[in-house]
Amino acid sequence: MIARLLAGAALVALGTGMAHAQGISGDVVRIGVLNDRSGLYADLGGEGSAVAARMAAEEMGGKVAGKPIEVIVADHQNKADIGSNIARQWIDRDGVDVIADVPNSGVALAVQEIVREKNRIFLISGAATAALTGKSCSPNGFHWAYDTTALARGTGNAMVKEGGQSWFFLTADYAFGHQLESDTAAVVKANGGQVTGTVRHPLNTQDFSSFLLQAQSSGAKVIGLANAGGDTINSIKQAAEFGITQSGQQLAGLLLFITDVHALGLASAQDLMLTTGFYWDMDDQTRAWSESFEAKTGTKPTMVQAGVYSAVRHYLKAVEAAGTDEAGAVARQMRELPVSDMFARNAKLLPNGRLIHDMYLARVKTPAESKGAWDYYEIVRTIPGEEAYASLAESGCPTAN
Amino acid sequence: MFAEIFGIPPQALFGQLLLGLINGSFYALLSLGLAVIFGMLNVINFAHGALYMLGAFVAWLLLNRLGIGYWPALLLAPLIVGAIGIVLEKALLRWLYKLDHLYGLLLTFGLALIIEGMFRHWYGVSGMPYPIPPALQGGQNLGFMFLPNYRAWVVVASLAVCLATWYAIERTRLGAYLRAATENPVLVQAFGINVPLMITLTYGFGVALAGFAGVLAAPIYSVNPLMGANLIIVVFAVVVIGGMGSILGAIVTGFGLGLLEGLTKVFYPEASNIVIFVVMIVVLLIKPAGLFGRER
Repeated sequence: MIARLLAGAALVALGTGMAHAQGISGDVVRIGVLNDRSGLYADLGGEGSAVAARMAAEEMGGKVAGKPIEVIVADHQNKADIGSNIARQWIDRDGVDVIADVPNSGVALAVQEIVREKNRIFLISGAATAALTGKSCSPNGFHWAYDTTALARGTGNAMVKEGGQSWFFLTADYAFGHQLESDTAAVVKANGGQVTGTVRHPLNTQDFSSFLLQAQSSGAKVIGLANAGGDTINSIKQAAEFGITQSGQQLAGLLLFITDVHALGLASAQDLMLTTGFYWDMDDQTRAWSESFEAKTGTKPTMVQAGVYSAVRHYLKAVEAAGTDEAGAVARQMRELPVSDMFARNAKLLPNGRLIHDMYLARVKTPAESKGAWDYYEIVRTIPGEEAYASLAESGCPTAN
Repeated sequence: MFAEIFGIPPQALFGQLLLGLINGSFYALLSLGLAVIFGMLNVINFAHGALYMLGAFVAWLLLNRLGIGYWPALLLAPLIVGAIGIVLEKALLRWLYKLDHLYGLLLTFGLALIIEGMFRHWYGVSGMPYPIPPALQGGQNLGFMFLPNYRAWVVVASLAVCLATWYAIERTRLGAYLRAATENPVLVQAFGINVPLMITLTYGFGVALAGFAGVLAAPIYSVNPLMGANLIIVVFAVVVIGGMGSILGAIVTGFGLGLLEGLTKVFYPEASNIVIFVVMIVVLLIKPAGLFGRER
């Protein structure tokens, strides 16, 4: 009797357990958008990334595999410990299935390990370091919008070919800056150029004059700005003030977002070369999406925000196809399904989690060329994904090779 | 003449010292305001950074909404920020004078978060461009560096304002009343001087200095809601090093630490954001009242 009861209980437990593995955990697909909502990277991701994730959810009708989709947000304040704690709480306590965005490479590298350990999905859009699909790659991590390799190849190649043979780097002193600097330096050297010096500044610096002066006295033809957000804005603004561009040195904004250009104004930003994964004014599709984004946020989307939309959309399609939100099954579906939307052009997901897609080399328009608000870029060249990103072999990802 | 000083050509060193002096001007202006306020009100004004940011935003709003340019803004913005300060003092701060320092600190810290939060909500964090006034565009080639005219102006303007403030407090009759009221408010009131009014005006003046620094900063840094939060912690360290409440201490330490930070940016840039705090720790260990402070 007792044996039969136990066997019955075991069967029931097995049954529910299996149903659990097949279905949607907690009867809801919960997307956690984790980024900087208050600091120097808040405009390039921030609430706009959450809006983009919600737009992807709405496009699916708010439901996937018959269960509702929920988007929650948190501010990691650019601190790896805070970001890690939130990621753990979300997964352990709040039933979050997928973490999205996470700008700031330092935080993203920490979250990558937590997501791998707890077997969830990580959709990276805001973070830049190519290490996320290189030596720190994970079967659960997908890197969507851009990375340091693509930025270095895009802008670095173009500048060296135009005669910028000697480089001086102004580098943000953390994971992202170091990676962007070394990736770009490699491109410069491969093209026969040389690096004359580098100076590393703390994240979130206000005054760059001292560093700019060092760059100026180095005599390098190109000053590469391996920083982002507010740091890049202040570097460019103060470079103009110190007459650096007038004296014949060129600035290379290695990571420049459209919100940065907006904040600088075209008078200061004109003629800067940059590499981007997305521009709102490409065709009717991007314009339509960007318009409905702007209606919700008041700004045009950055490549990070558009990337969050595209990644979340693809994730939801994979959940739909797998019929479950179990990470292993979803990751398999994500790799199998084709990626194609208004953001991802000629896109392909590599086994290491890197989405390779068309990148664009752009030049910032002069005030005279611009027809109005947000008409900022002239697309000089489309860089095919295979050329822009590292191949699987080059990436150095140990698990995917 | 040395060819190099510790591996750095002297020309480059002069350039960096000059830049340090420019950053020091902002430290001096802001820490001066804090010192004046602390001396008179015994309030640690954590809202100082937010009011500095407000000064920059007022200048930006004057330019973009009303078409009022830099020079009038240099006068108007501090007046407006000062007026806001007076309202804050009358409405909120004056209830806290009898309580521990901590209450004033918490109140002003909360105010700072509210003010910054509002501007972040309205304008985002990337900031707004503010052009350098036409009269100060361009720069001088000094041989060892290119000095933008605007930066030279910043040093001159802030030195002038700092010295004028020092003179007003240490050498005039009004300043004497002020210092007396700091020592013994009850006695000074008994002589028929309106001490509460003086306290209010002092707070207004202190935050007007912050507003003035904000306008000076607008063309250099992008006008953004976080500009004060980034600076205020450093400025507090400057005040602690100089000695709480010491006017001259605030000015000298402000410029001095600007220079020190400038040097750090040459020799070990990675440490440039912590060097001031290292100095603060050393000073607190050796001379807890600060370099120019008196034990109370």
